[in-house]
Amino acid sequence: MTGRGAKTIRVDTLARVEGEGSLYIKLVGDRVADVKLKIYEPPRMFEAFLRGRHFSEAPDITARICGICPVAYQMSAVHAIERALGVRIDPAIRLLRRLFYCGEWIESHTLHVYMLHAPDFLGYPDAIAMAADHRAVVERALRLKKIGNRIVQLLGGREIHPISATVGGFYRTPTKQQLSELVSDLEWALEASIETVRWTASLEFPNFEQDYEFVALRHPDEYPLNEGRLVSNRGLDIDAAEYEDHFVELHVKHSNALHSVVRGRSSYLVGPLARFNLNFEKLPEVAHTVALEVGLRPPVKNLFRSIVVRAVELVFACAEALRIIHEYAPPAEPRAEAPHRTGVGQAITEAPRGILYHRYALDEKGLIVTAKIVPPTSQNLKQIEEDLREYAARLVAWPTEEATWKCEQAVRSYDPCISCATHSLKVVVER
Amino acid sequence: MLVIGCGNRDRSDDGAGVMVAERVRELGVQAEISSGESLALIEAWSQADDVVLVDAVVTGAPVGKVWLWDGGQVTTQGSISISTHGYGVAEAIKLARILDRLPKRLRLFGIEGRLFDFGSEISAEVIAAVKEVVEQITVEAVCDSARI
Repeated sequence: MTGRGAKTIRVDTLARVEGEGSLYIKLVGDRVADVKLKIYEPPRMFEAFLRGRHFSEAPDITARICGICPVAYQMSAVHAIERALGVRIDPAIRLLRRLFYCGEWIESHTLHVYMLHAPDFLGYPDAIAMAADHRAVVERALRLKKIGNRIVQLLGGREIHPISATVGGFYRTPTKQQLSELVSDLEWALEASIETVRWTASLEFPNFEQDYEFVALRHPDEYPLNEGRLVSNRGLDIDAAEYEDHFVELHVKHSNALHSVVRGRSSYLVGPLARFNLNFEKLPEVAHTVALEVGLRPPVKNLFRSIVVRAVELVFACAEALRIIHEYAPPAEPRAEAPHRTGVGQAITEAPRGILYHRYALDEKGLIVTAKIVPPTSQNLKQIEEDLREYAARLVAWPTEEATWKCEQAVRSYDPCISCATHSLKVVVER
Repeated sequence: MLVIGCGNRDRSDDGAGVMVAERVRELGVQAEISSGESLALIEAWSQADDVVLVDAVVTGAPVGKVWLWDGGQVTTQGSISISTHGYGVAEAIKLARILDRLPKRLRLFGIEGRLFDFGSEISAEVIAAVKEVVEQITVEAVCDSARI
């Protein structure tokens, strides 16, 4: 207690998020006086130690930023450097990169939907407690995630921090036969993903809708992964090269992660809801159909329903992986040659949690002069605080313990990757 | 026997398990490296009957102490988990027990660590413990193969 009518929601170490951070909410009477998502994990200085490195090292170094989404870091890095150097890639390499990304989406979305987020809705402290009562569900998660791992391992050389992606392509590309061996597992995964949509849609969701600015890539022909223009529901429509003209990162005293805002406006939302709402018509028919079957159509404005949207994206990732495998013919060369020349290149790709921006300036020896990386979680941080300000106000009458748990659940809806954003989570509610 | 070395070489003493796996593999013992994330671990041991996990631990014992636990004894107390979303070795064992996915024989070598900051510097005591664990595993592997 901090005084009459005041209370604090505190979570000193938030569970089931990636990294270390804490949440502090101060309630005075029926008013939310303060919300701070404190990111105390130390800054990691990746942008600084990329300087002076050869561009070929960037995909491997940046992959180390995250154990969950290393493919995203590799993809944004190679695309940005290829733009700086004017490298054109083989269409088969483009397909393989999408397949590589599908593998990561299957791994990451399965982990979040089943192991991190579902226990919140079913009233369990964690997935282990959930497994005792929902064994078949957890078995399904294990098998799904394994299939994502197989894709990442095949294309990336290993499951964690893959090493095969490089500027211009891959160090080694798979044979048609190697990809065909994934088909039967992926056909099972597609059906399991459809079941995941139906299962998640049957959960109960808090009634909490917000008027978000959704920001995601949009591509004329496909659901976005590696490329497209950056668009929003408030008129944004830009190339990656224009990103820094429209978005700015701000330092806030209580966080080692920067807060990103749209210039002239404010917070915005990236990730599954943004992609779904801005690209619904680009989903493959199987994903589109099951979304409509469970009553999911844009605009989805309730962040808690992101678990269902992630499940729809699992359907997409499995269907897309199967399409690519059927179409695939190995490229003549595993990678295009990359020249040494000065240049600046920017790229945005869709990490499982949202857009990931990279910019590199290179010198004539191919060395990195400057690097800038804006991870999805730092783009969502300001929005998370604003959501909590609104959400906590509805929980004023709740006992502190339950209010605290609800607020943690809200934060987990974002699938925040705090290590990426420092770039980690504890929760404190003060009354 | 399958050895699974867990940890992160970029988090100082947390790299102990990885170092053991790398070394025993060089000596011809089947070994894998894992971040220690639960689902990946359960998957890694799914094809093996006799699994030896090696991970850095913090129990308050002197740095470099080598623990050897039966998998059935492992609880979240006494193990440190610098792993994905907080799902580590102890959680993998608990979850696998619920799902009947524990190998027939599961043992855990714990190496008491001190430093878990970003970096590759490993405590001298931990390096000595790594050598000790490598020796124990390889001696047993040689005895196993002699029995075959």
